[in-house]
Amino acid sequence: MMGYLSVSLQPRAVNVDLQTDATLQVDISDALSERDKVKFTVHTKSTLPNFKQSEFSVVRQHEEFIWLHDSFVENEDYAGYIIPPAPPRPDFDASREKLQKLGEGEGSMTKEEFTKMKQELEAEYLAIFKKTVAMHEVFLCRVAAHPVLRKDLNFHVFLEYNQDLSVRGKNKKEKLEDFFKNVVKSADGVLVAGVKDVDDFFEHEKTFLLEYHNRVKDASAKSDRMIRSHKNAADDINRIASFFLKVSELFEKTRVSTLLRWLCFVLFHLIPAQVKVEQLLMTDVSSHLLQKIEARVAADEDLKLADLLKYYLRESQAAKDLLYRRGRALVDYENANKALDKARAKNRDVLQAETSQQLCCHKFEKISESAKQELIDFKTRRVAAFRKNLVELAELELKHAKGNLQLLQSCLSVLKGDT
Amino acid sequence: MADTARDPPPEQTDFQELEDGEDLFPEPAAAPESGPASLPAEDVSTNSNGPKQDSLFDDDPEDLFAEATEEVSLDSPERDVLLSDGPSPAITPITPPTSVITPRIESLTVPVSLQIEEEEGGDSFDIHIAVSDPEKVGEFSGTFWHLRDKQDSSGTSLSVFKQGEFSVKRRFSDFLGLHSKLASKYLHVGYIVPPAPEKSIVGMTKVKVGKEDQSSNEFVEKRRSALERYLMRTVKHPVLLKDPDVLQFLESSELPRAVSTQALSSAGLLRMVNKAADAVNKMTIKMNESDAWFEEKQQQFENLDIQLRKLHASVESLVCHRKELSVNTALFAKSAAMLGNSEDHTALSRALSQLAEVEEKIDQLHQDQANADFYLFSELLGDYVRLITAVKGVFDHRMKTWQKWQDSQMLLQKKREAEAKLQFTNKPDKLQQAKDEIKELEGKVQQGERDFEQISKTIRKEVSRFEKERVKDFKSVIIKYLESLVQTQQQLIKYWEAFLPEAKAIS
Repeated sequence: MMGYLSVSLQPRAVNVDLQTDATLQVDISDALSERDKVKFTVHTKSTLPNFKQSEFSVVRQHEEFIWLHDSFVENEDYAGYIIPPAPPRPDFDASREKLQKLGEGEGSMTKEEFTKMKQELEAEYLAIFKKTVAMHEVFLCRVAAHPVLRKDLNFHVFLEYNQDLSVRGKNKKEKLEDFFKNVVKSADGVLVAGVKDVDDFFEHEKTFLLEYHNRVKDASAKSDRMIRSHKNAADDINRIASFFLKVSELFEKTRVSTLLRWLCFVLFHLIPAQVKVEQLLMTDVSSHLLQKIEARVAADEDLKLADLLKYYLRESQAAKDLLYRRGRALVDYENANKALDKARAKNRDVLQAETSQQLCCHKFEKISESAKQELIDFKTRRVAAFRKNLVELAELELKHAKGNLQLLQSCLSVLKGDT
Repeated sequence: MADTARDPPPEQTDFQELEDGEDLFPEPAAAPESGPASLPAEDVSTNSNGPKQDSLFDDDPEDLFAEATEEVSLDSPERDVLLSDGPSPAITPITPPTSVITPRIESLTVPVSLQIEEEEGGDSFDIHIAVSDPEKVGEFSGTFWHLRDKQDSSGTSLSVFKQGEFSVKRRFSDFLGLHSKLASKYLHVGYIVPPAPEKSIVGMTKVKVGKEDQSSNEFVEKRRSALERYLMRTVKHPVLLKDPDVLQFLESSELPRAVSTQALSSAGLLRMVNKAADAVNKMTIKMNESDAWFEEKQQQFENLDIQLRKLHASVESLVCHRKELSVNTALFAKSAAMLGNSEDHTALSRALSQLAEVEEKIDQLHQDQANADFYLFSELLGDYVRLITAVKGVFDHRMKTWQKWQDSQMLLQKKREAEAKLQFTNKPDKLQQAKDEIKELEGKVQQGERDFEQISKTIRKEVSRFEKERVKDFKSVIIKYLESLVQTQQQLIKYWEAFLPEAKAIS
């Protein structure tokens, strides 16, 4: 049923505030959803001399984005930067399952119900699709906006090379290796975090980020639950409205019928999902009313906040990773110092110890310098993103509430005046 | 019997009013008021609470209720027995003498306050009954509900009741007793008697034990509003309003304990057995429906029943989910507040705390909305599901009446055949006996036919009244519901408008 879905997307207002300039502009201009993968068309406009053309497009899949992200993480030179978090894997499983179930249950429900549910599920699929495209685009934009990362060679290859990058997903062995690496890393992270930092700025950031990250995680989880409840209530209202419609058909040609259809109409409109009704057909009541209603899955406003929280969950994790790397470098530096002292005391391998100490010192200072700026930028970005999001949230809520209010009031005046 | 006073009922006008669908609130042509001045004396005299109706009602030839009172008088011998001067007898054949045991379980009594207002034109009067919160009287005798009846003074004195405003205490079992009396009197002649609220052993025990928690408060409130709706429906029915039992229920300060209403009594068991027997019988009666109207209506009610039940289930699920939503919103609010605390940018921190507050208020809104959903819709639908069961019961009674009529007709046929045979034998006394039996049977057959026609007519009237009432009911509930939604939206607007400047102030 949903074999192919192609969406043309305009440059969108992403929920992350970014400074884009003409020297390098990246966006995802098109996306195609096939059976089990999504193909993104990455479109680049650039005035930089590194590229052969000033404007070009390539097709990339999710694995290639992950490859790019991992190459950043593994690059020692970028240890002092917050690596933009990788986009989450496109996950249409739940949606596909529902569509399948719907197809199976087609015989058991009325044509109206079926069409309506199909429309809803398609809308849901579309929403998830749009979201995943947005996430991938944000990643690319962040990289393009970063003064150092944008010059990365892998990034340029990613943008320009119009053949398949032959990047395969990790096989089982590699996934297992990753798993162990993570375990070691988190244990180490605990050790490193325990070391008190002389620098107040970083010490403060450490405590702040830890707490912030946890709270964002909690808020994100709670907002998801809230959305689910909202959706359940919306489903119920949907069902109730259909029943009212059916009941009204039983009272044909009586005033009760019209009454109930008004109620239907109101309910459909007020479903916490955003419901658009194309036409007010109250004088001519017909089942077209159902078909003209397009329901989206959860309120736009809910999703915005939830998405923002999820994104900052990942970003704050990336910031924590930066701090970890710095902490690690600090520990290495301090260890190198100790080793140098020991070597000097024993007067053995002093030169070696000295070089090693120099290296560690240099690495640590480099990371510290860029980390400070990165963290400050992170805060600025965060504040701006939240501000934008909260303002939009409030404005959307107001728009909906005012619209609903108007609808309800006109309904009421019709009902009350109608005797 | 007083057949002479019977007027041909103007049934056509009634149905026109319904089918046109023009008028949501058609005023039945002065019908409810015009009670018969010719209320048979027997009824009035035997009832010590006798309503002084003569002065009230105009003598209206179009009086539909002439028949109603005819009905009453037709079976008045039975009526006398049923008038509640003495202990209320069970209608079921066996009156278990042991069932005088105080029903501990359902002795939650209800204050009911009744307000009678008469509209200007004297066309219809509104009785307002308010059921107030229950109070506990005594440790074991259970709680009493207060029943307050009020009358606003107006031009014509409405003297259905002795006083204008009064207050009585009633127990839950009294309500059930009233219902069972009314059901026995009126159901089998075709009146749709509003069903009483259901017993709930679990809920009751909780309240009795004295648990002062959310669920028992909810239970009390639920029961209170159910009782109020029940009484309002009962008194809205013009015939039931004049019923002496109803009047006594509303007026007299002491009511004899209703027996045979316990859930677990032998009378209860007997009722269940009877119900089962009825169900079996229903399946075996095959009626030749000559009247298409009945067939159509019956089908309609069947469908309505199914739809309403499904709708009711959905609304209950909605109430559940909204409560869940409210809980989750509260949790999110707390989480957002925490996030605001850890945020070190002051303006953003403040905005996040504001967001948390807004969400908390919204959670309260959801809670209130859930209550509205419940009390307005869910309960209404539940009532209607039960009402439709009563309507179906009335249709069933009609079938039974028809059956009785057919049976006696068949019996008559047999007796006639027997008599014909006897003609040829030389047994004069047997012949005479046969002739007598035939005469009796003929009377029965005629009676059966009349009963059947009567019940059919009554049902038509009742159904049309029911449909009008239903429209009124739904309309008023829908309006209330929409108004509650309006309120919610207005509140939402207020909250978000207060939040917006805070969000914009982040820099």
